[in-house]
Amino acid sequence: MRIDGKGLIDRTKPVRFRFDGKDYAGYKGDTLASALLANDVRLVGRSFKYHRPRGVLTAGSEEPNALVEVIGPKNQTPNVRATVQEVFEGLETRSQNRLGSLRFDLLAVNDLLWPFLGAGFYYKTFMWPRAFWEGLYEPLIRRAAGLGSLSGRHDEGTYEKAFAFCDVLVIGSGPAGLMAALTAGRAGADVILCEESHAFGGRILSDGGTIGGMPAGEWLAQVLAELEALPNVRLMLRTTVTGAYDHGTYGALERVGLHKPARPNLSRECFWRIVAKHAVLAAGALERPVAFPDNDRPGIMLASAVRTYLNRYGVSLGKRVTLFANTDQARAVARELMAAGVTVAAIIDPRPDAFSVEDCPVHVGGEVIGTRGRLGLTGITVRKGAETFEIETDCLAMSGGWNPTLHLTCHMNGRPRWDEDLAAFVPMEGAVPGLVAVGAANGSMSTHGALVTGHAAAVQAVQALGRKAPDLPLPEAEDRPYVLKALWAVEGKGRAWLDFANDVTTKDVKLAAQEGFRSVEHMKRYTTQGMAPDQGKNSNVAALAVLADATGRGIPETGTTTFRPPYTPVSIAAMGAGGRAEGFAPQRFLTSDQASRDRGAPMIEAGLWYRPSYFPKPGETTWREACDREVRMVREAVGVADVSTLGKIDIQGKDAGRFLDFVYTNTFSTLPVGRVRYGLMLREDGHVLDDGTSARLGEDHYLMTTTTAAAGLVMRHLDFVHQAFCADWQVRFISVTESWAQFAVAGPKARALVQSFLEETVDLPFMGVAPVRVGGVKGRLFRISFSGEEGYELAVPTRYGEALFRDLVARAETMGGGPYGMEALNVLRIEKGFITHAEIHGRVTAHDIGMEKMVSAKKDCIGKAAAQRPGLWGPEREQLVGLKASAPISAGAHLFVPGMEIHRETDQGYVTSVCWSPTLGAWLALAFLKDGRNRHGEKIRLVDHLRGIDVICEVCDPVFHDPAGEKLRA
Amino acid sequence: MRLRCPLCGERDRREFYYYGAEDYLHRPAADAALAEWDAYLHLRDNPAGVTRDLWYHEAGCSQWLLVTRNTVTHEISGVELVAERKA
Amino acid sequence: MPELIAKSALDGRRLTLGGLTLVELDPGPITSVALYPGGAKLAAKGLKTLGLTFPPPNTFTEKKGARIVWTGREQAFLMGVAPPAIEGAALTDQSDGWAVLGISGAAAVDVLARLVPVDLRSSAFPAGRVARTQVNHMNAVILRTGDHELEIMVFRSMARTAWHELEGTISMVAARQAVKI
Repeated sequence: MRIDGKGLIDRTKPVRFRFDGKDYAGYKGDTLASALLANDVRLVGRSFKYHRPRGVLTAGSEEPNALVEVIGPKNQTPNVRATVQEVFEGLETRSQNRLGSLRFDLLAVNDLLWPFLGAGFYYKTFMWPRAFWEGLYEPLIRRAAGLGSLSGRHDEGTYEKAFAFCDVLVIGSGPAGLMAALTAGRAGADVILCEESHAFGGRILSDGGTIGGMPAGEWLAQVLAELEALPNVRLMLRTTVTGAYDHGTYGALERVGLHKPARPNLSRECFWRIVAKHAVLAAGALERPVAFPDNDRPGIMLASAVRTYLNRYGVSLGKRVTLFANTDQARAVARELMAAGVTVAAIIDPRPDAFSVEDCPVHVGGEVIGTRGRLGLTGITVRKGAETFEIETDCLAMSGGWNPTLHLTCHMNGRPRWDEDLAAFVPMEGAVPGLVAVGAANGSMSTHGALVTGHAAAVQAVQALGRKAPDLPLPEAEDRPYVLKALWAVEGKGRAWLDFANDVTTKDVKLAAQEGFRSVEHMKRYTTQGMAPDQGKNSNVAALAVLADATGRGIPETGTTTFRPPYTPVSIAAMGAGGRAEGFAPQRFLTSDQASRDRGAPMIEAGLWYRPSYFPKPGETTWREACDREVRMVREAVGVADVSTLGKIDIQGKDAGRFLDFVYTNTFSTLPVGRVRYGLMLREDGHVLDDGTSARLGEDHYLMTTTTAAAGLVMRHLDFVHQAFCADWQVRFISVTESWAQFAVAGPKARALVQSFLEETVDLPFMGVAPVRVGGVKGRLFRISFSGEEGYELAVPTRYGEALFRDLVARAETMGGGPYGMEALNVLRIEKGFITHAEIHGRVTAHDIGMEKMVSAKKDCIGKAAAQRPGLWGPEREQLVGLKASAPISAGAHLFVPGMEIHRETDQGYVTSVCWSPTLGAWLALAFLKDGRNRHGEKIRLVDHLRGIDVICEVCDPVFHDPAGEKLRA
Repeated sequence: MRLRCPLCGERDRREFYYYGAEDYLHRPAADAALAEWDAYLHLRDNPAGVTRDLWYHEAGCSQWLLVTRNTVTHEISGVELVAERKA
Repeated sequence: MPELIAKSALDGRRLTLGGLTLVELDPGPITSVALYPGGAKLAAKGLKTLGLTFPPPNTFTEKKGARIVWTGREQAFLMGVAPPAIEGAALTDQSDGWAVLGISGAAAVDVLARLVPVDLRSSAFPAGRVARTQVNHMNAVILRTGDHELEIMVFRSMARTAWHELEGTISMVAARQAVKI
């Protein structure tokens, strides 16, 4: 229920929202949890395993129970914490993990079966009969497992990712964080202050109090106003720092648009990568529940959360509240409730020496040993000494003390340290280089402690930055000692929950210990404690304490579980923002792209490039028809193809030839100016890296061509060889791939077509290169062929590429030719036995492809020594061959001797490229076959189990078309 | 993770390509024994502590870097250009 | 033989949104000047004819329409003018290899902070600075040309992707400004 006059919500701005199909009213500034509680909705979810009715336990991102689905026009987001989600007009939400309605969940039958569903029940129950696993158990478990549901559609929402940099990153905006930010900000440091919630202030918003002699809220407003005015301070609201990584890198998730109706281009979330020279962890502490029997009913809430709902949201969870807490600090909530007119039925304080004078009954030395109420709390049972009695109550506020929010300090393998006085783990100093924990996150539980430590950490940081710490007086604040008697679990009849989210009770932990899972890491995995969305924030320490007790050890000896990133769940959509579909990788477009699409060419991806697959003509119904026609066109007339994707590297200098001799197996320093040579490049381990042609454009000037696939790889390789072994040579090189548009013109009429574009007469020998003028533009003409026909490649500066392509194609068509695509290009090169990265796939040597003679004996080169290692050459190697067949065959198929059994041991090789050859009227393949060069003429059996292909082929030379090369040299 | 490129300054790990141990810089002579080539190509230490390895500033200045770092603490104690290395 | 028509990567496209302008620029000629070992002095003579000196790492300088941009170890791009004779260095024409996008407006840095993993705020990256880095997955050269102006060079074949990503990011930044989060 809403309490008049309390809370920081904006009562002038009412908001309507829906939960489980019903309309409710809240105010701007409400979370879904506070608004539901204001509407007396206590039951908000069902527990994971037993489907127990559950209510809101906390008021923060650590919430284990109140997980809901948020339904948007384009998204359905499961497991949203109602304690974080702000309400807005039209917000649509739904409870999850139920079969039927929330009130009558059919799977609640699990709760009756609880004796059979303890720790490890999966492993014990679903073992037999074995045949039941796939058919029965697995579908059943999958149906029952998981929490929220997805829509099954792509998330079309907008997400962002971003980078930020600062001197000092302050994590958390309570008194400690504000003091740190103010100190660093006034010193002129570049500060980012991140606050997870939708308002700055941390516990100030919940606890009030006085700072610097004024109400804490006033101090907060003053500090915020100053921070906002400082140009060197950046305030980031709704931003959770989720991870600490190497060298001052932090991950943070900002909820950008989740608190508003969806708008075009407004991102839902932004994942920040923040680089900070220093970081101050001022994330406060998390209050911990107490494990007493039936402590999980709606209406049982952490005391600090009851206080937050009262003071920040103006909501009381009940009309008759009880408090079960073991610290003096927790008493404040009872006093504030009474001041607000809410009845406090009793305070139960387990400490025998506790202070007993309050304006309500106080049961010193008492413990809660039971609760009542099916869908919400109606009463509790209290034991005090030998006496047991009942109290009627609809809200039980509990506190077992506080755990510092030290998670980020564990992200780089830091182990926290046990502090006996606090009965809690505190951060190990220096666990994350550059990060200092302050305030409650470091165990300083008073406001005074927060201010002092926040200030000190900032002073230390600004001094390290070489700045002068500002003269900033420390405001006075409450500094009461924090005294508690550790209370983890209360013995009694019934189950006592530790991990609410994953339904792990004290019995489960004891059972795990009894069954030998005594290590905390084993216990955790066996019981699933700490493995739910809250990642053990509410239960790790208590579970550890129960395990310590069960195994007769102390807590420090039992160990700790370490926290890993992220602190709170981060949606993959935010982390990978922009990376879906086309955003996954850049697209590279040819200058001929539009012209090819205009002709109806389907584009296929070749690395990052988009290349035309084929150019369909009217009447052609399959790609094969177009491809066969294009192949015949090149063989009989002329074809034009864009080959600009090939890598081009401009290499200059007196030592350029020497450098090429070092990276290629063959010799380039002897190549005459104006000539082109095919080159083979090895990796240092003796395997083929790439192949291509290099042209000598001048005495000290070469142009290297790489394959499309390996362009980047070759550049990296050349850089390495140059920088590692010959940085002092007179050679420099740079990629010019993007500078030139280059078109292959191939076929018997290629010369005529090329000639018609040039001012000079074409008289190039095969493997020649010459500067030319194309339509008034400086270009280059190469006489090289990847098709086996007389072939030229004409290159012009990229800006002229589109115009030249359109002209070339138009004129080719008047000669019975036209454009050809990747499919035809592939057929043409297979017919000619030219290899691509289908063949030089990283495991083949020069010997395997029959090019061992290209490894010059006269000089050293990269890969030469290793290529001569035994095992990398010889008849036992699989060698490149051609295969001919009269039935369809497939790449990826394996080769076997006809008549032999088909299994791995009898495998003779494999197929790398396949095509139907319209030129030869047969199916052709390039393949690797053991001792293949000595087996030309043999029959071999080609088997592809995946495609159901089993064909006898003839082994032959890989050059099927024009083996003498007469057409090339025509 | 961040690396300080001697030319470009401190940069995010995503700009770099990782190759492997420093050993790749110590190329044996062309006629060295097979065992020496084998060691050069294949035999690597896997130290818990200080190691030196090769990174390429692929999205930056295209320089190969020799990085000295600690595999336990992740501390990076030195980065130098391969092209201008001392040893 | 018909005259070939020159086309830029994006036909000089322009976008204005949320106080931000994105436009394809014509950088004029671009020449890579890569020094040979020991070639610095000779190359300096050639550059002197333009009133330029070889730039230190991460910087660029301009003189009468000529700009020289550091792009790597002993490598710079001479932009905006045809190269004079320069000895001691390998000269390679790069004019057609790059698309150059100009982004200007108070939030230009906020836009780039969503795509570039480098601190481009004026405090860390003032006018006259250049960074070889990435725009999302694309290699890029980024120049700070003014208080609220930057230039981004990407490979020409990726210009459409670069535009698409910048345009999308500008839209997101503008949407944020509109709701004043």
